[in-house]
Parts: sequence; structure tokens; C-alpha cells
Amino acid sequence: MTALTADHAAALGGPDWLAARRTAAVARFATTPAPATDLEMWRYSRIDRVALDTLQAAGPAPEGDAAALAASVAALDPVATIVLVDGRLAHCDVDQAWVSKGLVVGRHAEVVADGAHFAALEADEELDRFALANVAFGTDAVLVHVPRGLDVDRPVVVVEWSEGVATVGFPRITVVAEDGAAVAVLEVQRSAPSAPLTVPAVDLVAGRDARLQFLTLQDLDPATDAVGTLVARAGQQATVRVGVAAFGGRYARQRLDARLDAPGATVDLVAVSFGDGDQMVDFRTCQDHRAPDCTSDLLFKGVVDGRAHSVYSGLIRVRPGAKGTNAYQTNRNIKLSDDAWAESVPNLEIENNDVRCSHASTVGPIDDDQRFYLESRGVPPEAAEQLVVTGFFDEVLDKLPVVGAADHVRSRVADKLARSAGA
Amino acid sequence: MSVLEIRGLRAAAAGVEILRGVDLTIASGEVHAVMGPNGSGKSTLSHVLAGKPGYTVLGGTVTLDGVDVFALPAWKRAQAGLFLAMQYPIEVPGVSVESLLVEARRAAGGDVEGVAAAVVAEAARIGLDPVLLERSLNVDLSGGEKKRNEMLQLAVLAPKIAILDEIDSGLDIDALRAVARRVQEATVESSLGVLAITHYNRLLEELRPDHTHILAKGLIVASGGPELADQVEAEGYAAFLPAEAA
Repeated sequence: MTALTADHAAALGGPDWLAARRTAAVARFATTPAPATDLEMWRYSRIDRVALDTLQAAGPAPEGDAAALAASVAALDPVATIVLVDGRLAHCDVDQAWVSKGLVVGRHAEVVADGAHFAALEADEELDRFALANVAFGTDAVLVHVPRGLDVDRPVVVVEWSEGVATVGFPRITVVAEDGAAVAVLEVQRSAPSAPLTVPAVDLVAGRDARLQFLTLQDLDPATDAVGTLVARAGQQATVRVGVAAFGGRYARQRLDARLDAPGATVDLVAVSFGDGDQMVDFRTCQDHRAPDCTSDLLFKGVVDGRAHSVYSGLIRVRPGAKGTNAYQTNRNIKLSDDAWAESVPNLEIENNDVRCSHASTVGPIDDDQRFYLESRGVPPEAAEQLVVTGFFDEVLDKLPVVGAADHVRSRVADKLARSAGA
Repeated sequence: MSVLEIRGLRAAAAGVEILRGVDLTIASGEVHAVMGPNGSGKSTLSHVLAGKPGYTVLGGTVTLDGVDVFALPAWKRAQAGLFLAMQYPIEVPGVSVESLLVEARRAAGGDVEGVAAAVVAEAARIGLDPVLLERSLNVDLSGGEKKRNEMLQLAVLAPKIAILDEIDSGLDIDALRAVARRVQEATVESSLGVLAITHYNRLLEELRPDHTHILAKGLIVASGGPELADQVEAEGYAAFLPAEAA
């Protein structure tokens, strides 16, 4: 275990292109001020309680649990299963029939000759210090590369397990769907209570006419913090669907940036979250329209119970050249207890007149009339609450990317509600 | 044989006394119509009986087979055998009528296995397109479909006493007939007692009451047989209204 320093980054080795990227990132990491809650990006957050610089880089992954973690997702019938333990590759199993069709899944530095595919995330000038740390100190970035025209009809699953004591892992997934390709990737985040922090990063690149789906199931232990970054770039006429189902974590932050930088691209962003106890779920989104005739549609629904907090802060940005933009943003929150708290901050920044944009945001308890309607049929209050909350999420579950994941999400919602009723 | 007994019921909404001493007794198999002009307290009566939040009971008693209704929360009143068919059924996104009725049956300790088949059978009987059963409760339903859906729930839950709160508003004549016929049949098949609250005679032409009561300014000012409803239809409510205090 070593501290997060430039020397540590330099010692990580790898091909020249990777070392060069680390050096650039570590320089930015060193000069980027630590996040503070007086900055809009971090307003309402608990980032001041996340002590990144006191943690050590995680060491090599232990072998033991990887097979069991891989087996835990076998029911999804993945075309490839990868297990990262504290950000280190511990298991990688790819269906050879798909390898022979050109599907590439593996450690980025080993499966391609250069780092061109990393450009999506690292080109971002606004990367925060955590994402920069991922680039500087991450070791086993995973690449999923789907060649032109290949339609991968079963999901790629990446399980990210965190367990290191006083260490931080930097899981990284890059998904590239070349022109006309199609792929669905599921990222499953879990942890042991010993793990203080995980800093995952994802970049998604969809080529012309490509269809790329990505879903994060965040099931971290309630003692683990997470500060994640996802950047999605949609090419001409491409369709990218990004989903997050966030149930775990202590302070669980996820930034999601959608870049619509070629004409006719579509990006859908959906999320369900359910915080209870002392959890905090923190979403920051940006739908960045940089090209004409693109569509982005965001639907985030959250429930907070106990003393849980949630933040949704989202920006629709329409650049001057992005005529014909359709951009929608909806964030709805249910507060199940008086001590729970939800903040919803939608923003529009529109620099073109030929656009259709809408945003809507609500925070409130379960509707009294809905509750009474169900109770008037003989349904007790806890069961009425479960029906309303399950129904509230239903609209999003129908839109979740990755076939087969909705059932898991449904059962996690039921777990949380059962705990809520028992509390 | 069940009896809903309302004695001297006084109730307020937002600090204003709306019901000022209502007496009614509804027994199994009977149809009682309560008619009254706007503002007479009709909806307050139905809401107070069902336990809708926002009302304060100031006095009087309501018992169902001797059980104090006001001692029970709304869901236990339903389990005890009261059913409220609402004037404006509430939309509940993501919840189907079947899942609602399964939870209601489960809470009552009943057999949840039979609910799905009962829902399909009652939908056919009340003339509700089975496609609509997949929808969220009352979402994107027409006025008539909503009321047929209320009757479907009534039929599956099989209460002792049903309160119909202006069930005749917002639906066409075919739906009105279907709704009225289903209630009438339940009075015979399962001895359902009915308190039908309505503004107009229209419902009562289809669902003939055994007893008619006129509610005005929070009091029952007249009671009689079905002919009383016909008299209201012909003459209006003016004759029944108490003289204004000077």
C-alpha cells in the first residue's frame, strides 16, 4: 500500500501511452483544489467527509472471492464476466464464440495497442479531483470493445467489489461500440463494511448508429463512500441509454455527463435511488447538446426514508450550434419520513432558439389521496406505502437498460421497503 | 344481517360544522338514497364514514354491527365491511387493480390465489375491457371506466355496506346502467346494504331505492320511499330547505 503521489503513479508502469496519461492526470490531480461545498458542483454534498488523501492505493487483488462474485451474476447469462477487487482485475471470463466475432473484453493496457479509447473521459476539462485520481492511480482499466456492426445480444457484466481497509480502489470501465454495433453492460458495485471509499469511472463511446446500454447497480455497504464519474459520448444517430439503480453506500455520489456531439444522437438517462438510515445519494447530471437534432431524456426517481438525504442537480446545456434539440429532464422524489431530506435542482442553459426543452422536479411525501384510496380498500398503511413506492418506481423500471436487471432492482426496492416497515 | 347505524352525527371540515346531527340506519339488502343540493354535506357524510383525513367528528356515533366505526382506521373500516365508491377515484401510478385487491385480501387474511380470476370475471360482468386491468389504477381511464372499476373492486371485496359517493357523476348512460345494475344485483346476491349519495334522480331511475332521504344543510330534513326522489326531480330541493335564519 502506498500513498496517492506522483511517485506512486510513475511506479505503476504499463505501456508508454498509459504512463503518459497517468503523468498528465497526476499533474492535474496535484493542482486541482480539493472539492468544497461552497462550489456549486459540490453544494449540498458530504464531500468534506470523504478523506481521499488520507487513504492508500489498494494493493493487488486477493484471488479468493472472485469466482463467487462471478457466480453471483451468472443468472444474467453474461457474454463476459469481469470481477474487479478494489479496482484490480481478479477474474475475466469471455465467451470465446463472441471473441471470435471480434468482441474484446479485458484489461485495457493488454488488449489494445494504444489508449485512443480513453479519450472520452480524459479529454474532459472539467474532471473533478476524484476522476483525475482514477486516471492517475487506476491500474486495471477494463475495455469492452465491440467492432463495427456486431450486435452483442447478452450483457457484459463487471462486478466491482471493494474490501480494502484504509485503501481506495479506482475501478474503470470503458465501453466502445463502433459504428452500427450494439452492446449492453452491467456494472455491479458491492463492498464490505471495511472499505471506506471507491472511486469508479466509466466512459462510454457510441459510434454512428450504435446502440449502447449501460446500467450501474450500486449495492455498496452502507459504510462505504463512493464518488463516481460517467461520461457518455453519442455519435451520429447513435442511441445511448444509461441507468443507475442506487441503493447502498454511505455518501454515494454519481456524476453523469451525456455528450451529444454528432447530429441525431439520442441519450436516455434513468435512475432509481432509495436511501435510508443515514445514507446520502448525490446525483449530478449534464445533458450537453453540442450538435443539431439530438435528443436527451432524463428521468430520475428517488425515495428517502429515515434520516437519509438525496441531491439531484441537473443541467441541460444547449450550445449555440445545437438547433433542433429535444431535451427533457424530470426528477421526482418521495420523502417517507419527516427527517429525510431531498434537494432537487434542475437547470437550463440554452444558447439556441430552435429547441424543445422541459424540466420538472418534485419533492414531497406520499400523496394523501393515493394513500387514502388504497387504505379505503382495506390495505394497511405500510402495505399502501409499499404499493405507492413500488408503483412510483415502475415507470423507471420499464426504461432501465440491460434486460433482466429490473427484477433485481424490484427486489432491492422490496428489501428497502420491508426494512422501512420493520423500523 | 348487517346494520350500519348513524346516530346524531356531527362533523366539521376546516373548522366549519358541515354535518349537524345525521341519523340513518342501513341494513343488509336495503338501498338508501341520500339526496341533497350542493353544499348539503353529502360528500362529507361519505368521507367521514370511510375515514378520509381532513374531517373532525364533533359528536354522535356510527356503528357497523355494533362495532364503533370511528375507533377504526380507514383500512380496518374496509376490513369490517364498509366500502366507499368514490366520486373522483384517485390515480395511483404503477399500481394495478389486481395488486391493490391482492394486498387488501392478504391484509384480511383471505385467499390471494383467487383474486386474479375474480378480477377477470368481475371485469367481464361490469363490462370493463380486460386490457384496462393492466393499467395503473384510474390512470387514463374515462369517467365511465373509472366507475366500472370502482364496481369491480366492490364486487371482489364483497363488503357488507357500500357507500356510493355521487357514483353517477362523469359517466354516460350505458356506464350508469351497468353500475346501477351491478349494485342492485349485489343487494340480492350478497345482501349488500347501499347508501347511495346523489345530487340527481338519474341514478335512482336505474337503482331504485327502498328509502330516500333529503340532506340539507347537514340535516336529514325528509325521509320517505322512492316517490320522494321523484318529488325532488319534479319540484327541486327548495321545498325541503329549512327557512334561513334571520
